[in-house]
Amino acid sequence: MIRYHILICGGTKCENSDCKGVISALEDSIKHNGLENEIKLVETGCHGLCLSDPNSIIGSLGTVIVVYPDAVTYAKVAPGDIKEIVEEHFINNRPVKRLVYDEAINGENLFSLNETPFYKNQSRIALKSCGIIDPENIDEYIANDGYQALAKVLTEMEPGEVIKTIKDSGLRGRGGAGFLTGRKWEFAADQVSDKKYVCCNADEGDPGAFMDRSVLEGDPHSVVEAMAIAGYAIGADEGYIYIRAEYPIAVNRLEIAIKQAKELGLLGNDILGTGFNFDLNIRLGAGAFVCGEETALLTSLEGNRGEPRPRPPYPAIKGLFGQPTVLNNVETYANITQIILNGAEWFASMGTEKSKGTKVFALGGKITNTGLVEIPMGTTLRKVVEEIGGGVPNNKKFKAAQTGGPSGGCIPASLIDTPIDYENLSAVGSMMGSGGLIIMDEDTCMVDIARYFLDFTVDESCGKCVPCRIGTKRIYELLKKITSGLGEMEDLDKLEILCNHVQTASLCQLGQSAPNPILSTLKYFREEYIAHVKDKRCVAGICKNLLKYIILAEKCKGCTACIQVCPTGAITGEIRKAHIIDQEKCIKCGACEQKCRFAAIIRR
Amino acid sequence: MKKKMTTVNFNGTQEQEAMLAQVIDEYKNVKGALMPVLQKAQRIYGYLPIEVQKMIADGMDVSLEEIYGVVTFYSQFILNPKGEVAIAVCMGTACYVKGSGDILNKISANIGVKSGETSSDGKYSLEATRCIGACGLAPVMTINDDVYGRIKLEEVDEILARYKK
Ligand SMILES: Cc1cc2nc3c(=O)[nH]c(=O)nc-3n(C[C@H](O)[C@H](O)[C@H](O)COP(=O)(O)O)c2cc1C
Ligand code: FES
Repeated sequence: MIRYHILICGGTKCENSDCKGVISALEDSIKHNGLENEIKLVETGCHGLCLSDPNSIIGSLGTVIVVYPDAVTYAKVAPGDIKEIVEEHFINNRPVKRLVYDEAINGENLFSLNETPFYKNQSRIALKSCGIIDPENIDEYIANDGYQALAKVLTEMEPGEVIKTIKDSGLRGRGGAGFLTGRKWEFAADQVSDKKYVCCNADEGDPGAFMDRSVLEGDPHSVVEAMAIAGYAIGADEGYIYIRAEYPIAVNRLEIAIKQAKELGLLGNDILGTGFNFDLNIRLGAGAFVCGEETALLTSLEGNRGEPRPRPPYPAIKGLFGQPTVLNNVETYANITQIILNGAEWFASMGTEKSKGTKVFALGGKITNTGLVEIPMGTTLRKVVEEIGGGVPNNKKFKAAQTGGPSGGCIPASLIDTPIDYENLSAVGSMMGSGGLIIMDEDTCMVDIARYFLDFTVDESCGKCVPCRIGTKRIYELLKKITSGLGEMEDLDKLEILCNHVQTASLCQLGQSAPNPILSTLKYFREEYIAHVKDKRCVAGICKNLLKYIILAEKCKGCTACIQVCPTGAITGEIRKAHIIDQEKCIKCGACEQKCRFAAIIRR
Repeated sequence: MKKKMTTVNFNGTQEQEAMLAQVIDEYKNVKGALMPVLQKAQRIYGYLPIEVQKMIADGMDVSLEEIYGVVTFYSQFILNPKGEVAIAVCMGTACYVKGSGDILNKISANIGVKSGETSSDGKYSLEATRCIGACGLAPVMTINDDVYGRIKLEEVDEILARYKK
């Protein structure tokens, strides 16, 4: 009899640690102890919890494993720990407390994973099976109600009913804009055409977001199944998944999923004997942010430079190869099967008036618990930061949260009680975006962050329209000027005017939303801009030209290492006596700070 | 995308050419197939020098201008061969706020190669990449196939030393 199921995270982050080593050590040790018939190993997708360990040693971050039935969570497991876990936990039934995830243990008491603050406040729909099933095994997906929604749709529902269910659920696109998914399907269904397409946007370009990747790595069949359902609803027999080439594990698991579904007759011709045909193809993106935009994505799928085209016509009318096309985001699809199985009312009962269901966020930056969180719409930012995220580490102060990536904005600490949904995020000048949620503390310079995002947009602007191509460049130059300490007060007005032009005159949303990071920081952190311009000061200590490098006399050992690397001879001092930096000569290259082994050189 | 043209001489082999011809054959009549062909070509040669672009243009019967346009549009396609030690530092937001900019500078100073370039002896290349989706481990960098997460500035020299031989 199987006594224990061991779930091992094989998501990208754990795969980067040594999860293969952990698995083979487990296999050996289980065999060695003759426990083959009592313990089952399952390599799953990401559990969502990317454990933070400030003291980690390079390359040995360790793997997350969860032992059921009690859901004991071990964090940072290395191959060397396995012998102890097997002998103590599986044979002597004494969980190895030393290795248990620290939020899942309180003195002698162990909590199951679901009782930890990180999980307790989440509701998992899109991530339902991530970390629970083996993504490379279709049988496990099926055992978890997989392909039941497709069977239900094909045998019990008319296409119109499917669309009505999705519409009634209130599901809105999770790729950023938040368009009603059911409405989009309806437009495409209404078109008369002998060829239609269903496409999936897995380009996930928002830097700092990895929700879609985790869904595809942890539960690829949920997307495959939902696309087939969409195909049935709109009358399409072919689909494309456009996925970033940077995600090799996700691509591989999708390929396996499609192959397995075909073998079982769940994709291909005459699915489940109903006469419905649907086939799926995978296409790899090649690293262009604008290709996440729907019209650019379709142009790229056709094999061209991924430049956007004007809308209308919308893809639902004239999309891939000129045919009616539904394009949805990965996470949008991941909700579909649950809505079909549990009903529209169930889904609509979660969330706020206009934003139903849940949203997955990739929580990152200056926060204790990094990883994926799926929360009901309307959860406050405070709850995410303080409870789920475990607060800002190192006793630093929470300064701002960034959502929506390069198209979004920064929400200041004063608005930490904002409920997270589409309307409220737009109202505070940010946006939902695809789900990146980056936390910043007092050491983050808001002007520099604005400059950082503009640098990104300038590089990613496809160049087709003038306001975006030249406008973003001019905005970037102004921000660069300010962060270099050369800014004048009138530059702030210029920035605002330019932002307005780029916002209103750009062809696609890449340009239209590019000014958001500047406008929101100008609104909430204006004093920081003014400090850069008037006092030539960067409070966060990030903008190099505004800093001074100083040697702390009490820490300096007088080793002369900094004197030797300084390219301008700005540092003087005798051996074994504290050195001094001549600010006149210093060019702030930072070489000395990096060379110093005693952390005696600081920027201020 | 800003891109630098290569200064390294092209030395493709007959074998590689045959592999490319096979890929072109396979995709010649597939709709929208230019991207997969370029991706496979890059896997064969490691990069896409103008010589390879010409072969694809001839084989697929599209103009070289169009191919060059596509290649320079997408950041994944590279015109320079990567170094034996290919270093990539993530500049995604999560990594950036955790100081990956300083890490990039430090590496650049250590190996004497600027971001986006390959050293003239072909030993090192350094690149600032987009988010690689391991944001939970920020700041992140990759060296060839090895991934390093939660790197600290002090650790950089030690990590690089492993590849110095
Ligand atoms: C510049 C830009 C980048 C985008 N990137 C993505 C992306 O990475 N992933 C995504 O799903 N949608 C992205 N979108 C949104 C898509 O245009 C589109 O709205 C979405 O894929 C539709 O699916 P949904 O209705 O399910 O959200 C982007 C939009 C813009 C303007
Ligand atoms: S921001 Fe660096 S991995 Fe995502």
